[in-house]
Amino acid sequence: MNVSDQKRLLREMIFYRRFEERSFEAYMERKIGGFLHLYSGQEAVATGVLEMARCGHDYVITGYRDHVHAMKAGAPAREVMAELYGKVTGSSRGRGGSMHIFDPTVNFMGGYALVGQPFPLAAGLALACKHKGTDQIAICFLGDGANNQGTFHETLNMASLWKLPVLFVCENNLYAIGTRIDRSSAVTDQYKRVGAYNIPSSQHDGQDIDVVMTAARDAIAHVRGGKGPYFIEFMTYRQRGHSMSDSNAYRSKEEERKWLERDPINIYGDRLKKAKVLTDADIAAMEKAVLDEIENEIVRFAEESPEPRVEDLNLYCLDDHPDPRWIGPLSQGDHNG
Amino acid sequence: MAEIAYWEAIRRAHDEELANDRMVIAMGEDIGVAGGTYKATSGLYQKYGPDRIIDTPISENSYTGIGIGASMAGMRPIIEIMSINFALLALDTLINAAAKIRYMSGGRASCPIVMRTPGGTAHQLAAQHSARLARMFMSTPGLRVVTPRGPLDAYGMLKSAVRCNDPVIIIEHESMYNMRGEVPDQETFRPLEGAEIVRVGTDVTLIGYNYSVHLCLAAAEKLAAMGVSAEVLDLRALRPIDRDTIRRSVEKTHKVVIAEEDEATVGVGSEIISIIIEECFFALDTQPVRVHAADVPVPYNRQMEKAAIPNADDVLAAALKVLGRV
Ligand SMILES: Cc1ncc(C[n+]2csc(CCOP(=O)(O)OP(=O)(O)O)c2C)c(N)n1
Ligand SMILES: [Mg+2]
Repeated sequence: MNVSDQKRLLREMIFYRRFEERSFEAYMERKIGGFLHLYSGQEAVATGVLEMARCGHDYVITGYRDHVHAMKAGAPAREVMAELYGKVTGSSRGRGGSMHIFDPTVNFMGGYALVGQPFPLAAGLALACKHKGTDQIAICFLGDGANNQGTFHETLNMASLWKLPVLFVCENNLYAIGTRIDRSSAVTDQYKRVGAYNIPSSQHDGQDIDVVMTAARDAIAHVRGGKGPYFIEFMTYRQRGHSMSDSNAYRSKEEERKWLERDPINIYGDRLKKAKVLTDADIAAMEKAVLDEIENEIVRFAEESPEPRVEDLNLYCLDDHPDPRWIGPLSQGDHNG
Repeated sequence: MAEIAYWEAIRRAHDEELANDRMVIAMGEDIGVAGGTYKATSGLYQKYGPDRIIDTPISENSYTGIGIGASMAGMRPIIEIMSINFALLALDTLINAAAKIRYMSGGRASCPIVMRTPGGTAHQLAAQHSARLARMFMSTPGLRVVTPRGPLDAYGMLKSAVRCNDPVIIIEHESMYNMRGEVPDQETFRPLEGAEIVRVGTDVTLIGYNYSVHLCLAAAEKLAAMGVSAEVLDLRALRPIDRDTIRRSVEKTHKVVIAEEDEATVGVGSEIISIIIEECFFALDTQPVRVHAADVPVPYNRQMEKAAIPNADDVLAAALKVLGRV
């Protein structure tokens, strides 16, 4: 990877961190409502995996912790922020909110609140890629907790049986809300759970973006090469609570401190400094530029955007311009048939 | 114009739509090599191959979800669920995903799937194979729900459903697959909206959908012999529902019976009565009557099953009641 790409990657991760922390502030100001699940601490996973994918070409789908996945897949950051604000300029026109960011123009097919639901949807996207004979793949990001759903087992079985081009990325942050993994999963190493379905799998450090990229590159090559699905597990940690109201009372300060020492942005920043790619001053300048961009472009766009019109409440429920040939009405001649 | 069976009508619609568009696929349990539980896909596996007629494992929620995901990427899956009772396992992907994706994406994504399933009581299949559940789908925004009463609609509505951009639930009926009816030889589409007056009358309106239309028609026949002119209205689509045709019929006859094979509570009949009250309360001569299933899980015993499920005589009795003849 060349130096300018390395700098860009570090900047992206800093941007995602600041984006999330800024949305936390907006939530506290009550400008963002609902549930808000932040990605702080896990940035290397989505950034690293999608750096190796062909964003805009491959399909990407995930759960409710979806802002960063959407942006790295290509959704404009200001539209994602506007969606958090519920504005009509948002990724989902203000109808979805934090958990339901969509941008089909870059094949980001959504964030979903139902834990485990994206597994089959991802396999379906992959089925379509295979059917069309393109070299696209589908990438499904989900948490460790999702693997306890029936959809995990059902979908892995079918994806393997039908050799679908789908990459399952498990972001194992050790907790499903407040339940630690060893209290919910009989096998704590998630990559071992897919053995029953004849799908290759592996486990890697999710805090070091170089490790993530190397592992993801190989996994994506497997899937794109027509060899069927792959399941890749990254060990990571969320630095904040599950959602906004979570005090993290279920985990120890000692554990949190240990993981904070493995902050993905610091790990990568230190490496680039050691390699003399960047200095402390460069990184400080980068941080400042990111803060400016978020404040002056991203947040400002969200704040200044209009709300959706309440009169449009009923839009998008069904196709708003249906073809009368399929929808009706019944013509007179059709009656008494 | 040929007379064909309901199952043949469904098979023909599959065949034509599969031939018309390579993005159309069918998926479900035993639909391919085995030819389909009700023969609705027989011979299609041989004609279109395993990539388009997909035999799935018994994983209703996830294979439905796979169909939904594929539809988001441009495919047109026809998903068969062997019985509406088993569709309960797929409610997460149908109701939490398919019905909501267009809306929660601000209209940017859509799920043009068709889910077809038999939903009705057959013969002594007992409680876990006899649920009807139309009312559950009917109450879900973001879905279309249609209930073909015979081969023409079974054929023409499936064809329209495949081409329509919304998720469409087609509720068939175990007791109707061998029912015969005329279907034009040339390609025909039947709209997914609009109730239909299937027998014109002036004295009382009998409203049904799916199999209960036939109970209404049989009752209307008996009423005719008694000198009563009954109008029979087939709802055809439970969502969205055709309020206009209901109102016009009630304004003509002033008396209504609603026949449903499902239980009454929070049901199709309750919804129709609400619509009538909202649209044309003052057109009513007397209170409407619902004909419906007993409020119990469907029993196995033959006599008890018969007692639990409404028949044409029940519709007749209800009609006589609203006519003040009892
Ligand atoms: C079907 C379903 N059950 C329960 C919930 C409530 N819930 C939301 S997130 C969550 C934990 C999921 O944990 P994990 O998959 O590890 O993802 P993480 O939040 O750690 O990223 C639960 C139980 C839900 N949203 N959906
Ligand atoms: Mg987790």
